[in-house]
Amino acid sequence: MIIMGWNINKNKCLRCGACVSVCPKIALELSEHGIENNKNLCNLCGICEKICPVGAIKVNKNA
Amino acid sequence: MLKESYDVVVVGAGPGGSSVATHCAKAGLSVALLEKRQEIGSPKRCGEGLSLNSLKMIENYLGKKIPSKCIAQEIDGAIVYAPNGKKVIIDFKENAGAVMERKIFDKWLAEEASRAGAYVQAKTYVKDIIKKNGYICGVTGEFEDEYFEIKAKVVVAADGVESKIARLAGLDTTNKLINIDSGYQFEMVNLKLNDPKKIELYFGNNIAKRGYCWIFPKGKDVANVGIGIALAEKPARYYLEKWIETKPEIFNSAGITEVNSGGIPVGGFLENMVLNGFLVVGDAAHQVNPIHGGGMKEATIAGKIAADVIVEAIKKNNVSKEVLDKYNKIWWKERGNELLKVQKLREVFEKLSDEDLNMLAEVLTGDDLIAFSRGSKLGTLAKILIKNPKIAFLAKHLI
Ligand SMILES: Cc1cc2nc3c(=O)[nH]c(=O)nc-3n(C[C@H](O)[C@H](O)[C@H](O)COP(=O)(O)OP(=O)(O)OC[C@H]3O[C@@H](n4cnc5c(N)ncnc54)[C@H](O)[C@@H]3O)c2cc1C
Ligand code: SF4
Ligand code: SF4
Repeated sequence: MIIMGWNINKNKCLRCGACVSVCPKIALELSEHGIENNKNLCNLCGICEKICPVGAIKVNKNA
Repeated sequence: MLKESYDVVVVGAGPGGSSVATHCAKAGLSVALLEKRQEIGSPKRCGEGLSLNSLKMIENYLGKKIPSKCIAQEIDGAIVYAPNGKKVIIDFKENAGAVMERKIFDKWLAEEASRAGAYVQAKTYVKDIIKKNGYICGVTGEFEDEYFEIKAKVVVAADGVESKIARLAGLDTTNKLINIDSGYQFEMVNLKLNDPKKIELYFGNNIAKRGYCWIFPKGKDVANVGIGIALAEKPARYYLEKWIETKPEIFNSAGITEVNSGGIPVGGFLENMVLNGFLVVGDAAHQVNPIHGGGMKEATIAGKIAADVIVEAIKKNNVSKEVLDKYNKIWWKERGNELLKVQKLREVFEKLSDEDLNMLAEVLTGDDLIAFSRGSKLGTLAKILIKNPKIAFLAKHLI
């Protein structure tokens, strides 16, 4: 289900960190628990969605 | 166990981090090498290809032979495919490189850091940087459930493409979409390879915009099969699966034993890679060859340069950015300027149409490309110019 805002499909994510590297707000974190988004920092720019090799991130800008 | 303070704390145990740690430890500094993964080197984010030059250079730096267990397959050349399917076979007729087994290689590099005297610890997540009086002077993090704080005279970020540590420290290492490839790869088995001693590269806008596919053999019927793309409409995975379907003669009965992905910096080198008490190396500093995306060698070289500068700075008891700036200077002189040229060349290649690429494959032979890679650039150029003035604009970028 796609909800408003920043969404990750943890079943698709391969924990490669490509999204972390392009996030201009340093809003993403890759730990042993997988990718996490800091909603206080994220401005829903959608850049991380564009780099993700498996299409695991969906950003809905009209949140 | 982890101590409260070290001369040098290195974040990330890839080839870059292990290189810094090994050389600092060899010079007698106390070093901690911290890796967040539970197993160093796994899962890989890499096609695992290394040229013979790179292998020799790494051996020289370490003063040791790379154990054969780190090498999956020796390579003697490459087959390059133009968009129309025309092959250019590059045959060195002798060992020219290898496809590594990175989970073994990376672990071995970290073991060498340990044998040199560094304290290595996996499953240790560095969360933040400690700053004091304008200096980076330690890190905080988590090991299992425990929070830790470690002091350091110098912190080195070798945390790979994520490059979060440098950004938390205050250097903007964010990758721009224009300068990063999106990579996706299967390790596959039961393949019908043309030649298990040659890597294969497939070019063309028909594969994906700014994309190419590779097959890096790891045995008779095993290989890394991957794609690197940029600024494409769909995720990399889509284009790789689509391309594999067009090649039943290779993939018909193949199975998938591993799925990998990653971002590959292909430009955007940093003028400044230091702060007071802080340096950044490897993928975290975008130190990757912008054409073939190889970064193991670059991370290893930068790690050595950084270590030499750190050792000198600590000896002088001055780890200010003015002193550490020597790392910027040496890296740019030894690697940066050359890599910048490669970036420009990539930018030119990207503009070539499929027809241009087909034409290049018509004009150039494998031996031309070997001569080119060995430094005889003018001959290759002359050939392009004589046979095809239309793509003469390549010439000025090749010198
Ligand atoms: C699809 C793909 C194919 C590639 N193919 C090739 C190839 O064929 N040949 C080649 O030479 N290069 C290739 N590369 C590039 C190569 O993998 C990298 O350049 C190389 O691994 C860089 O080494 P590094 O030490 O800088 O970073 P890495 O090897 O990425 O190591 C960084 C380490 O830091 C750890 N880390 C990150 N954050 C933290 C933290 N907060 N705390 C603790 N640890 C942390 C990570 O877990 C990781 O182990 C490829 C890359 C990709 C994505
Ligand atoms: S880029 Fe995609 S696959 Fe990679 S860590 Fe981010 S969400 Fe996961
Ligand atoms: S949407 Fe933009 S700000 Fe938010 S996590 Fe993605 S890249 Fe970062």
